[in-house]
Amino acid sequence: MRVLQDFTKGLWKDIPPFRLVLGLCPTLAVTTSADGGLGMGLATTFVLTCSNILVSLLRNLIPRKVRIACYILVIASFVVIVELVMQAFFYPLYMFLGIFVPLIVVNCIILGRAEAFASKRPVLNSLADGLGHGLGFTMALTVLGAIREIFGAGTLFGHSVFGPHFAPFAFMVKPPGAFVCLGLMLGAMNIVSRGRVD
Amino acid sequence: MHEAWTFSDYLLLIIGAILVKNILLTRFLGNCPFLGTSRRMETATGMAMAVVFVMTLSGVITWLVQAYILIPLKLEYLQTIFFILVIAALVQFVEMFLQKSFPALYQALGIFLPLITTNCAVLGVAVINIREDFNLLQTMVFSFASAVGYGFALILFTGIREQLEASSIPEFMKGTAIGLLTAGLLSLSFFGFAGMVD
Repeated sequence: MRVLQDFTKGLWKDIPPFRLVLGLCPTLAVTTSADGGLGMGLATTFVLTCSNILVSLLRNLIPRKVRIACYILVIASFVVIVELVMQAFFYPLYMFLGIFVPLIVVNCIILGRAEAFASKRPVLNSLADGLGHGLGFTMALTVLGAIREIFGAGTLFGHSVFGPHFAPFAFMVKPPGAFVCLGLMLGAMNIVSRGRVD
Repeated sequence: MHEAWTFSDYLLLIIGAILVKNILLTRFLGNCPFLGTSRRMETATGMAMAVVFVMTLSGVITWLVQAYILIPLKLEYLQTIFFILVIAALVQFVEMFLQKSFPALYQALGIFLPLITTNCAVLGVAVINIREDFNLLQTMVFSFASAVGYGFALILFTGIREQLEASSIPEFMKGTAIGLLTAGLLSLSFFGFAGMVD
């Protein structure tokens, strides 16, 4: 089942941003809470899946020389849709994500999948690939956001975890904490996956 | 309307953009090329120079596009598409211009120019300029100062990373993982400037 494989490889084997080290800016910036990570992940998943489908449909029509510009235009169109929908229905999330909503355009995962996968494969495989990588990215962001929120604010999705006497470790929700936390997670992932290979 | 800005306001804007709200380490923009080009000092300086050049130009041009095309035509909601196209076209144009008129500079910047289109810091600064309601002079100063801050952090980080090559690091932390931890420590030191400028 090629399609199933295309879907599942994004969930673990190639999971962004750990295995594919792309899309770091939103990963670091919006994961001060699990909510932020989940919202950004789902928005990216939508854009990634739709752009993969459209790029795959147009793959025989786009001239090779201007392909990158075409991909960027496709991606930007879907980002505008996300922006407008978020402004209308998820305004607090839109304000929380700030400039990182328009910056989904330059998330290298999306352009990377368009160039490396969708431009060469049939629609169904591209859909599976986009959905898989998007959900993998969402998972990674939510976990990172949850870890930072639990230690940095003592809450998870806004609910208190440790009770009222917990003194939050504020470093985790500050910018340096993002780098350190992601670095440690990457190290942990390396240990886990090495154990599997051996 | 804005009240007139004095010289010290501009000075604070510059210091703020370089040290306090460093675009790379505090706002998390442009992290992919940050980790990608920081292995060797030459590539880091090349990238830093290219960023200073393109970011200042694109900041000013996107501001003009917003003020004289998008606002009069009431097309602000297409900002994302317009800005990314302007930046992509600008990068292409700068590349051709340099190749023809300043071959030496073109050689120095080399492969970093095309990569800049997907550097989210360039689009990020363009969007920040609009969201902060800067006028043209403020846009120019802020874009330039942000780019200098980017280059500054990138070159500092590369210096540290070259030293890392010589030290013994646990196998599972090698590469990106230790790079992220180092960036965290660097970000922590920039964090010390917080509160200097509001």
